[in-house]
Amino acid sequence: MRKKIKISINGESVEVDKGTSILEAAKQTGVIIPTLCYHKDLCIAGNCRVCVVEVVGQKRLAAACATPCEEGMDVLTNSFKVRNSRKHIIELLLAEHNADCTSCYKNGGCELQGLASEYKIMTQDLINLVPFHNYTIDMYSPSIIKDDSKCIRCQRCVRTCAELQGVNALTMSYKGDHAKITTFFEKAMNDVVCTNCGQCVNHCPTGALVEKNYIEEVWNAIADKTKHVVVQTAPAVRVGLGEELGFEPGTRVTGKMVAALKRLGFDAVMDTDFTADLTIMEEGTELLTRLKSALVDKNPTVKLPMATSCSPGWIKYIEHMYPNYLDHLSTCKSPQQMFGALVKTYYAKARNLDPDKIVSVSIMPCTAKKFEANRPEMHDSNYRDIDYVLTTRELAIMIKQAGIDFAKLKDINFDRLMGESTGAGVIFGATGGVMEAALRTAYEIVTGREVPFENLNINPVRGIEGVREATIKIEKTLKEWSFLEGVELKCAIAHGLVNAKKVMDSIVSGESHYHFIEFMACPGGCLGGGGQPIPTSPEIRAKRAEAIYAEDEGMPLRKSHLNPEVIKIYKDFLITPLGEKSHHLLHTKYTPRNRF
Amino acid sequence: MSTNYQLKRADFIFKNENDWESVLRKSISRPANELINELISSELKGRGGAGFPTGLKWKVASEEVNETKYVICNADEGEPGTFKDREILSRVPFKVLTGIAICGHVIGAKQGYIYLRGEYFFLQDELNKAINEFEYYCKEIKFDFKIKIFMGSGAYICGEETALFESMEGKRGEPRNKPPFPSSYGYMGKPTVINNVETLAHTYTIFKYGSKRFYDLGVQYSRGSKLFSVSGDTPKPGIYELELGMSLSDFVEEFGDDDTKAVQVGGASGFLVPRKRFAETNIGFQGKLVGISLPTGGSMMLFNSSRSMFNVLDNYLNFFAEESCGQCTPCRVGCQQLLKGIKAVKRGEKNAQYLDKLLKLSETMQFTAKCGLGQSVGNSFSSIVENFREEMIY
Repeated sequence: MRKKIKISINGESVEVDKGTSILEAAKQTGVIIPTLCYHKDLCIAGNCRVCVVEVVGQKRLAAACATPCEEGMDVLTNSFKVRNSRKHIIELLLAEHNADCTSCYKNGGCELQGLASEYKIMTQDLINLVPFHNYTIDMYSPSIIKDDSKCIRCQRCVRTCAELQGVNALTMSYKGDHAKITTFFEKAMNDVVCTNCGQCVNHCPTGALVEKNYIEEVWNAIADKTKHVVVQTAPAVRVGLGEELGFEPGTRVTGKMVAALKRLGFDAVMDTDFTADLTIMEEGTELLTRLKSALVDKNPTVKLPMATSCSPGWIKYIEHMYPNYLDHLSTCKSPQQMFGALVKTYYAKARNLDPDKIVSVSIMPCTAKKFEANRPEMHDSNYRDIDYVLTTRELAIMIKQAGIDFAKLKDINFDRLMGESTGAGVIFGATGGVMEAALRTAYEIVTGREVPFENLNINPVRGIEGVREATIKIEKTLKEWSFLEGVELKCAIAHGLVNAKKVMDSIVSGESHYHFIEFMACPGGCLGGGGQPIPTSPEIRAKRAEAIYAEDEGMPLRKSHLNPEVIKIYKDFLITPLGEKSHHLLHTKYTPRNRF
Repeated sequence: MSTNYQLKRADFIFKNENDWESVLRKSISRPANELINELISSELKGRGGAGFPTGLKWKVASEEVNETKYVICNADEGEPGTFKDREILSRVPFKVLTGIAICGHVIGAKQGYIYLRGEYFFLQDELNKAINEFEYYCKEIKFDFKIKIFMGSGAYICGEETALFESMEGKRGEPRNKPPFPSSYGYMGKPTVINNVETLAHTYTIFKYGSKRFYDLGVQYSRGSKLFSVSGDTPKPGIYELELGMSLSDFVEEFGDDDTKAVQVGGASGFLVPRKRFAETNIGFQGKLVGISLPTGGSMMLFNSSRSMFNVLDNYLNFFAEESCGQCTPCRVGCQQLLKGIKAVKRGEKNAQYLDKLLKLSETMQFTAKCGLGQSVGNSFSSIVENFREEMIY
């Protein structure tokens, strides 16, 4: 039990745990204190000073986020002094912020704009500082746009990149009037060690960091009657999209999302979950093949542990930070890119379409997917496999632009051929999901029996801890897998690149001996992706995860190898996992990169 | 002219005393609480300017339970118009080293640091020689204590104690949120005493002569003597050790050039006192008009009638706009607004009433900035604008 202390907030007495900040204590009594640099995912900075409050008896105001409550403290959150100071601070922020709101991508979603509106800052007496700086907009990255003129130096992005991702692509440099957030030697975002994960975008309160949007390009493609526009939706989108459209976090909107996409005018609405199931077939087989080569054939070139390759942020991270460990990556493309390669081959053939006329769009919870689609090797269909990647947020914008009353939509199913999925495909959206899906299938291939977990829920691999480990003992194998008899399959799961680093370092140092590791760049996995609705917090991510697992439980099929469309594609087109066609279309290679 | 007080010179800091070995040996043979009480009864207050009671600082740190603690000597003397610490370190380094070591004994630290201002690189060699000699003696008397110099890199803000820790830890020099305070969570998160160079030199005097000798100097609330860095329009610039509590008119009589228009007390972050207020202003921690409790206290800049107070303020604000660390809004943006604001008024782009808005803004900075830098910009700003408003406009 933590020690309790009593304080008074606006005259109302409240008892809180020792160590509670004034901000948290106020929240407990139903008093809202505005914040800007504060974010639930991040450490306390206390630098924007918007949350200042008066502690009676003290001359100076205290930052509510950074000041712990003390016994007998008498706090005023809306006194004359507080109001004037807070207003002043908002005015100061506006004075250094390029407040050209109507032409800003974040218009309506900007926290500074929200505060200015709340405090009714109607006149700006202070001198506009923007023209005194030589601002340029960095648009070189395919994923992220950085506009310093809109930056208010709250350092949320800096803390995000350091604390959640351990990448440190963004950092504070210079001081005083020249202080700004920069990259290494102020190079463009696509020239530095940036994984494009977009967590900075997700945590930026203003329009200083936004995703590069491709909304107009997609509208143009839809309007072009000569084009056949195909769209795929990632598993995490269906549990996030609702938040942007007025639903509570954790609301599943799969059917409505499909209906909306139809209304937007896409010619075919299919599901990335289908290629997630396909990924399991390929990756699961790859794992078993690697295990055999390593354990039976003692092939020294086969590397264990095998690491998943679905998360493009993680891929760019390992390419930069552990370029000597790329052989550990599964050669499987991510579900998005598998889908892309198949749309312009398998789907085109089946539907009798000219692949040249197909525009392939994906809706992703992710900004790194934009970079991934842009990789030079992702042209295995002889065309650019994925033409445009939109984030969950961009899709919501399109739905609003189209005047669709999302809440009133009736559920519709995905189109066939590449629209069927199982629960295993769905859980790709949550940390541990790829691992669980792979185990459901691999265990069954090896033993002929279902994984020994109630209702197929492999709870040990679920959860929110940054690094999780699980061991599955393989017993009573089928004859051809007898070399795995008694083997304890050691698995690990890491989400958030700062946790990926921990696991990688333990592998490099030789401390850990895993067989299979799932890595996801973003906290919580894809459901906490950089392209997901803003805001995000541990609580919101937990709700999205609940929704993902509920979606899985509600599916009639929950194991990838039972997906009838997956069975069909192997019968009609791919022949066998790791076969020649698969090798060509579904697998890829990686590029070692520098650390600077 | 004040009638009951005359300018009194003192001579402790620079007094040639070759007895640091015995002062150290005797002091570390005394129990910690005895030394703390000695300091508390001397009423020594931090000579960096903030004026926190030194004895209390040591006491709090000594009560912390931790294997590792640190003593840091803040020699990042960056306040415009201050140059006393440089002299102390070059002329009487052993007094400071002894002060650091005794503090280590009191709080239970085995490592001391001197955070030396980047521009003082020329002191490094001599200081290292002194440290070697000092450590050699410590070894001889079996007193386990080491001192290292950490070179600053030229940022004013790193004189702020928590920014100084960050800088020493290899991070960007940005002040931390307080609490926690250094005495419980300082350098490397360990309990740390951080004292100004002069403060530590004074502890030498106190431990050598006893607290009474020190206490008998100065006036109530402002005990002891203090070094003053006298500069500007004065016939005799330099460093002077004076008893605290003198009136500013006595000071000006001694150091002025018969045409003193104003005195900037406490450097750019201090207050400007106009001629009409000289008589009622006392220099000490409890002045009548302005309490002099400012970073790196002891800077006394005299201005005569040839000086434009607009230029003086413009100079200060340029300094602050550049030297703000840039993390907190009131300081980063506020400094730029004040600077650009007074220029706009001068040029006639903003009307004279805009100065009142800026005064309010400087008050907000005082209330809301994260550290002493932003909180004290308003000191010089308001005292100059209020007293020399006409010079700001025409």
